[in-house]
Amino acid sequence: MAEPLEARGAASVASGQASAAARNGAVEPVAPDALGPRVADTVAAGGRFVMLVGLDERSVGGDGLAVEAIAAGPDGGLIRLRAGLPLAEPSYRSISSLVPAAHWDEREAKDLLGIVPVGHPDPRRLVLHERWPRGYHPLRKDAAADVRPPDAARHLVSFEVHGEGVYQLPVGPIHAGVIEPGHFRFSAIGERVLHLDARLGFVHRGLEKLVEGHSFAGALPIVERACGVCTVTHALAYSQAVETLTGTAVPPRARWARVLVAELERLYNHVGDLGNICAGIGFQPAVSRLGWLKERLVRANDALTGHRYLTGVVAPGGLVADLDPAGLAALPETLDAIGVELASAVRSIVRSEGVMARFHGTGVVSDHVAEALGALGVAARASGLGHDLRRDRPYAAYDELDVGLVTASTGDVAARFHVRAQEAHESLRLIREAVGRLPAGPIDTPLAAVPAAGESALGAVEGPRGASWVWLRAGADATVDRLRLRSASFANWPVVAAAVPGNLVPDFPLINKSFELCYACSDR
Amino acid sequence: MPFDVFDRVLRPLRSRPVTSRYPDAPPDLPAAARGLPELDPVRCDGSAACVGACPTGAISLSGSLWTLDAGACIFCGACERACPRDAIRLGRRIELAARDRADLAIGRAWRGEAVTAEIPGVAADELLAAPRLRRAIWKALSRSLHVRHLDAGSCNGCDWEIAALLNPYHDVQRLGIDFVASPRHADLLLVTGIMTRNLEAAARRTYEAMPEPRLVVAVGACAISGGVFAGSYAGRDGIADVLPVDVFVPGCPPRPEALIQGLLVAIGRLAPGLTDRAGARVETGGE
Repeated sequence: MAEPLEARGAASVASGQASAAARNGAVEPVAPDALGPRVADTVAAGGRFVMLVGLDERSVGGDGLAVEAIAAGPDGGLIRLRAGLPLAEPSYRSISSLVPAAHWDEREAKDLLGIVPVGHPDPRRLVLHERWPRGYHPLRKDAAADVRPPDAARHLVSFEVHGEGVYQLPVGPIHAGVIEPGHFRFSAIGERVLHLDARLGFVHRGLEKLVEGHSFAGALPIVERACGVCTVTHALAYSQAVETLTGTAVPPRARWARVLVAELERLYNHVGDLGNICAGIGFQPAVSRLGWLKERLVRANDALTGHRYLTGVVAPGGLVADLDPAGLAALPETLDAIGVELASAVRSIVRSEGVMARFHGTGVVSDHVAEALGALGVAARASGLGHDLRRDRPYAAYDELDVGLVTASTGDVAARFHVRAQEAHESLRLIREAVGRLPAGPIDTPLAAVPAAGESALGAVEGPRGASWVWLRAGADATVDRLRLRSASFANWPVVAAAVPGNLVPDFPLINKSFELCYACSDR
Repeated sequence: MPFDVFDRVLRPLRSRPVTSRYPDAPPDLPAAARGLPELDPVRCDGSAACVGACPTGAISLSGSLWTLDAGACIFCGACERACPRDAIRLGRRIELAARDRADLAIGRAWRGEAVTAEIPGVAADELLAAPRLRRAIWKALSRSLHVRHLDAGSCNGCDWEIAALLNPYHDVQRLGIDFVASPRHADLLLVTGIMTRNLEAAARRTYEAMPEPRLVVAVGACAISGGVFAGSYAGRDGIADVLPVDVFVPGCPPRPEALIQGLLVAIGRLAPGLTDRAGARVETGGE
């Protein structure tokens, strides 16, 4: 349920550039082996792990590699710890054994940059599968973006449980429905899952390498296509990072329009996801009703922006183009009708005992596990963790809005269903408010300055699946030197794997859909 | 259970059909919809601003010929915004499926001269109305068209539009088209994405598992040309290197109506006497 908003005091004027720079945190050089203990101290004091970025310093005057660990302190301020690593032996003591939330970040940096986390509990390959040669690290600056390395034939190890009565159930990468590819290896006794090994990375498209060398504007169409249904989230997080680097203040109309499209993105995703959860148990009446609602929402997106999934709307400096007046005028009435129909559809699901019997107690994630694995978004809030960047680190015009926090305590499929349903209604309310308060005026502003090569900044947006962070370092002449996009799906996949053991194999589709993560924005 | 009786039986009976009439009616597009860029050849002065602005290199200018590759276009409108003479604007054309990759290139002379080439696209008689379509599917396949979706490394935008084909508005099942779980039951493979290295082996095996005749439709800029991901170390510039493509459906992502049109064109390929791209002869069953 919505809780009253605490007084935010000074943080409520966070729209100026000075505070944006202050919120960005300063980079603190540390010894490689101090990363883990420092991040663990921050987490123990009530902070959270944010992301880990592997770097090749040779493009900004350095002579080796580096790794930057970022955590948010208990007060929300960013702690950025960077350790230089020699090119000959780029290794450091793994953070993951102290802070499990970092374990996919470390595996990814090992694949893409060859940065070795010594003592990592699970140092298997994550992104580059069996056909990639040993010693090939595409994000190193001496690896050409467009050179495709020769094929290799390696064997990838799956984590399997062995013993009497234990069998292995491999599923994917190609699945039975219209969904994205991933390989899931179940170790099960009878119908009960003992362990789930999730292997992703199948749709790895090399996005972070492709954007390098592009102008800030030129990288945008690539960044926002990290994922087809989180386009506003990623475009906005990227735009924030560019705006912080260049000291650009976005005009008010663009700030409010950003809220509007960000909430529309949350709304159509949440409504579609509520239907997809029902598809996980074959409850077809709800799938159809919510499918039609989602179609109406993407058609409203289309009328407003010319794109059903809101691509090509947000850009560094403001917006690409203004919202269509006819689409904007029609929006409140459409939303009113959808609000009524959504409430009715959800009521019909909740009153169906057969459906709720499948939802309750299935795929439980405790608050302890959610916190340790760094769960984000709905996955965190359904387990009782009150994280929401719109409140914790407001961006766009959220500092002027009272965003209701929706949480649940049981951490099961039912909790994630209820959190989504209530957040959808909260989004409807926020969109109506944003439409009402949308000021007249310019929609964009030129970037204020050219940042010095080597300067870096972060952007973060609470998307439909949780917080997506963009880490951006400028090269010469306002270009991208290095970008890392850590989507909420990337953070939450390990949580899915932790939610499944103990449940029945046929409940996996239901549990998976209750998180409804994107493979594309995880794999990039 | 009075609530259930109302909710499951009476409420659906009282609601009206919401389903689109496409392809019998044109797609219902809003005023803001972004279709294929169109050049006003009289206004164009050959400044080539559009060529530099295009994020996927879809536009080229050579001599007096302006060419747009609809298979690379992502319909972003960067060309429209860059043009100093307002000679380009995004039109409303979204049904762009073609059987040959080369047919996706539109050429226009820009000095006010005659159009030199145009997307041949689809002959009018191939844009089948729904009743004729059902007959054509029946004749060619002796049953409905069974489609298997394959994500070969996409951003999932195309995939969500494919999923939208099954919602009550687009509802492709009304046209005798359905999605199947196994490639062994599929007549047609609907492929999205650039063909990443991590998926190549699985994609080949999916195609090999299909019975003949089998059709392959490349969906979206990524599957046709690599789209914004062209030139990446992590995959190919489209699926045609790995799978024999019968029909190309441009878009980023293609709208559901454009996907339906692509399926119609693919079915036209299965007309009596034709072969699929891989060379298998189409045996047609009687009606």
